[in-house]
Parts: sequence; C-alpha cells; structure tokens
Amino acid sequence: MGHYLRICYHVIKTEVLEVPGRVIAAMFVIALLAMPLFISQPYVLRILTLTAIFAIYATSWDVLAGFTGQVNLGHALFFGVAAYAGAKLNLSMGLPPWATIPLGGVVAVVVGLIAAMPALRLRGFYLSLVTMALPIILTGVIYIFPSFTGGELGLYGIDRLSNSVVFNYYLTTVIMLVSVYIMYKYTDSESKLIRTGIILHAIREDEITARASGINSTRYKIMAFAVSGFFAGIAGGLYGHYMKIVGPSTLDLFFSFQAILWTIFGGMTTIYGAVAGVYILYPLVEFIRVLPHGEDVRFIFFSGILILTLLFMPEGLTTWVRDKIEIKCPRCKLVNVVTRRNCRACRAPLHLEKDQLGQ
Amino acid sequence: METLTNLVIHGLLYGGMCAILAVGFALIFGVAKIVNMAHTAFYMVASFIIFIGVSRVGLPVWLASLVSILLTCLLSVICYKLFFERVKHHETAVMIISVALAMLFQEIFLLIFGGHYHGIPALVKGFMDLGVVRISYKNLFALGFSLITLLGLWLLLSKTRLGIAIRSVAQDREVANLVGININHIYMITMGISAGLAAVAGAIVAPIFMVHPLMWMQPLVMVLAAVVLGGLGSIKGAVIAALILGFAESLVIFLIPDGSFLRGAVSLAVMVVVLVIRPEGLYGVVFEEERL
Repeated sequence: MGHYLRICYHVIKTEVLEVPGRVIAAMFVIALLAMPLFISQPYVLRILTLTAIFAIYATSWDVLAGFTGQVNLGHALFFGVAAYAGAKLNLSMGLPPWATIPLGGVVAVVVGLIAAMPALRLRGFYLSLVTMALPIILTGVIYIFPSFTGGELGLYGIDRLSNSVVFNYYLTTVIMLVSVYIMYKYTDSESKLIRTGIILHAIREDEITARASGINSTRYKIMAFAVSGFFAGIAGGLYGHYMKIVGPSTLDLFFSFQAILWTIFGGMTTIYGAVAGVYILYPLVEFIRVLPHGEDVRFIFFSGILILTLLFMPEGLTTWVRDKIEIKCPRCKLVNVVTRRNCRACRAPLHLEKDQLGQ
Repeated sequence: METLTNLVIHGLLYGGMCAILAVGFALIFGVAKIVNMAHTAFYMVASFIIFIGVSRVGLPVWLASLVSILLTCLLSVICYKLFFERVKHHETAVMIISVALAMLFQEIFLLIFGGHYHGIPALVKGFMDLGVVRISYKNLFALGFSLITLLGLWLLLSKTRLGIAIRSVAQDREVANLVGININHIYMITMGISAGLAAVAGAIVAPIFMVHPLMWMQPLVMVLAAVVLGGLGSIKGAVIAALILGFAESLVIFLIPDGSFLRGAVSLAVMVVVLVIRPEGLYGVVFEEERL
C-alpha cells in the first residue's frame, strides 16, 4: 500500500505538477467534484449540470471536426435524434434512464453511419452544407408526424434522472469527465497504446499521403462519425431526461452552431478546449441572464466576446494560454513549463533563440 | 390557371431574390475564400434601414432604398476592415466571426425594435389584370429589378477593368498580385459589392415580405444550398441553382398549403440528392489532386 502511494506521489510530482496544463486540468476536476459542498443553490447546480451535458456535446463535435477535418454544421442531428429516441423508448416501452441513454447513443451512431454515407463522397464545404441540411430535413419530418413525435410541442413527461439535484449534478459531471477522457485518449496523437489519434491527425493533415501509407482513411472517418455520434447521443439522452421534455429545438440550426461557437472559442483540435469553452461561455451567458435587462443583451454580449476572442486569439483561448505557459522540448518533445531553462528530462536548452541572442 | 401563374410568379420572385443573395455569397467566397455567414444578415440590415428611413425619418421609399444600399456597402467594408482582414488566414475563425456578426446584428435589432413584424409600403402600387389572374406591379417590379441587377453584375464582371481584376484574383491570387493587382483592395471592393447585392435583395423583397430581425436565417439556409448546388464559386451555377430551389419551395407551398414548414426541408433534400449524385455541384470544378 505504502509502495503504491509512493508511486502515486512520484507520478503526481514529476508528471502533473511539472506541467501547468495538467495542474489546471486536475484543479478543474477537483473543483467540479467539490462544487456541491460549497454551493447549494439548486439554480447554480442546474446550470452546471446543463454545462456538463453541453460539454460532452461540444467535445464530440471537436472529435469529428477538429480531428478528421469534417466540419459538421448540423451536429444537433445526433443530439436531437438520441434525445427523441431516448424519450420514445422511455415513454412507450417504459425503459429507465440508465437503459434509454446508451440506447439513444446507439441510435445516434446508426444515424451517424447513415449520415456518413453521403459525407464520404463529399469534402470540405460541401460536406458541411450537407450535414447542416440533415437536421433541418429531420425537423420537417417531425412536423409531418405529430402523433408520433409530438410535433411542435415535442415529447414530454419523460422520467427524470433522479429526484436529487446533487445526484443529477454528480451523475452528469462524472459521465462528462469519463466521456471527455475517452474522447481525449481516442484522439491523443502521443498515446503509445491507442493509435487512432495519430492516424486521425495524419488523415486531417494530408489524406492522400495517409492513404499512400496504407491507412484505410474511409474506415477511420466512419469510425470518427460513430464515436462522435455516440457521445453527442449520450449528451442528448441526458438532456432529455434532465429537462423531461424533448422538442424540435434540440435539432435547431442555432443549437448546432453553438457547439461550434463554444469549441472555436475554447480552441479547436484540443478536446480540452471544447470543455473550457463550454464551462466559460455557458455559465457566463446564463449569469448575464439574471442581471437586470440581461435577457435582452446576453447574446450581444456572447457574440461580442466571441468576436474579440477570435480577433486576438484566432486559435482559441486554450491554445493561446497553452502557448504562453508551456513549451515543448525541441529535442525530446516533452512538455515543460515556459519558465524552465532546460528540459526536465533531457536537459536540452528550451529557449534556443533567446540564448543565442544573449551570447 | 391562376395557381399556375401564381406558382410561376412566386417561384421567379423567390428564386430571383435567392439568386441575387447567392451570387453575392459566391462572389466573396470565390474571390477571398471568405465563408460569409453574415451575408443574409446584411440583407436583414438593409431591410431595416429602409424601414427606419421610411417610418422614422419619413424619406420616400426609393430614397430610403438607395440610402440603405449605400449604408450596407459601407457597413460591410467596415466589418471587413475591422474583423475579416485580421483573421483571414484562419478559415474557421472567419466563418465563426461572421456567424457572431450576424447574431450581433440580429440581437441589436431585436433590442431596438423587438420581435415584431414590420411592413414597408411598396414602391409601385396597383396590379395588372390579365382576365384570369392579377399580378401586382410590385411583384413585376421586383422581378424586373432582380433581372437588371444580375445583368448589371454580369456586365461589371465581364466588361470592366475592375471586373477583370476581380475575376483574376478569384482564379489565381498570386499571379494576380504579380501583375500588379492590389489584392487587399480587391477583397475589400468585392466585400462591398457582395453586401451591396444583399442590400439590393433586401430592398426588393422588403415591401413584399415582412421585416423582422430573424428574417436572415431562412434565406441563409437557401443561399448556402443554392451555392453548393450550383458549385462553389460558380456564379452561373448559383443563379441556376437558386431558381431551381426557389421553384421547388414555391411548388411545396402551392401543392401542400398547410405544409409551409416543409419548404426548407424539401429544397435541402433536393440539394442532398444532387450532391450525392454529383459531389462537385452542377457547375463545380473538381481538381485532379482533390479526387480520391
């Protein structure tokens, strides 16, 4: 036992405390888990629960758009389909939430695979437009069959996740952390165990070269659609059971755009950027809402922040901060604090140009 | 007979408006590679400036329209200088900034005017009686004006020195730079022309449809569909695709009177089907290295 504790201490000291990005991530997780101890207003916990759900949703967009370059402008398709499927399974077959949420995710995967069929023939802007069209077409279909889908009002009377505000918060937050961790590992190009990350990077950078190196790029693109669809579906299922109502607004064009706005604000192609974007922007906009006249000005504020961020940090907030506090060792590619002079592993000088200028 | 005539008039009118919007969108995308999601927001802004000019300032409609077209051009050039020019190397950042700008315009007008529908008096009144059908002059005028605008744009692009410069930048910006064309200048002018076209569309339809801060969403979807259907960057393709989609929507409205919520879905379904059969759009060009 003591031995394991010592290993733990060693890993934390050398691998976490030495890298500011990991310190921030660890502090963020601890703060999230400790939040209900300090805050007991149900309203705040409700906002944070929704934030966790949207964080899964935005991250799943980043997996598809950031890592395979397939900029999906209709990501709400997965979210909405899973929310509707979960609600339908719950209402007509009486399945409990722990069954309907994963099943909704599976339905979203199936829809993702169907959506991937035209998507694989298209690229770039054409792909974005077709994906944008799909949820709008589906909204039309929902209005045609109001008896099955609830039409404009949507489906209501869905079982709630649980009766406890705190339990709901912990459930969604833990699901969010686990999902984000899986997606991070799935797309991590430096992982030694899982090779999908580096393959996705290769496909995004240069698909022809990747194919020439023997990578079946079609297979990986379909897989990215499935993974992204599954997690967006999980988010949709959680949302349905949390709000107890699923309406056509889950397929809204603006809702698709929101995933993109959050992710680009936080930083694309990073996974953690999407989480940071949601956790900064969504509570902020909800906070403005409770201020006097907040309801009217909150989207002015939202778009203003977005424009300013992109003007000064076009790569997104987390990428900008990361480049300020972290530096990669030029020799062994290990991440170091920017204040270090030499790499913590191989002792190579980190700030080459600066040193040469000093000589 | 009456339904058929109405169908043709509505299809031409709606298709014509979409064609003007789509041409502007295709122009700025083809020349500067800017995916301007705020394009139809300029159309909304132009309609609102006409509304303000007519109902608050008391200008005659034709003067308000002229002022609104000029102001919208100016606004777009300011937006280009302030926002797009600084981030133009990051394509996604440009797109997101344009979405944010569109939201900003929408929310500002919502704040000032609320979510009401506003009407604008027509420039020409009365209607033509053809025995079985009546065609109002404002619709005819709108049709004629759309046609004149498209013709004018075609003349500008094919006959003038500026048009040739714009097309050469669209073809190859490095070579255009080598022969002495100021690329940033051309980008700015193209942005102005593109927003001006959106403003013309706004001036044409503002008396026919209502003015509302959310009026940019639905045409945006149509414009994107038309531009993709026609082939990105192809102006001829954009016009033809916009007319096809305009007729498809009108057909839905007249065949299923209580199914107006389906119009967007149907035209987008047309787009998806065409793209799956022909991935580069109707008039698009596929470069060899892009084929896989």
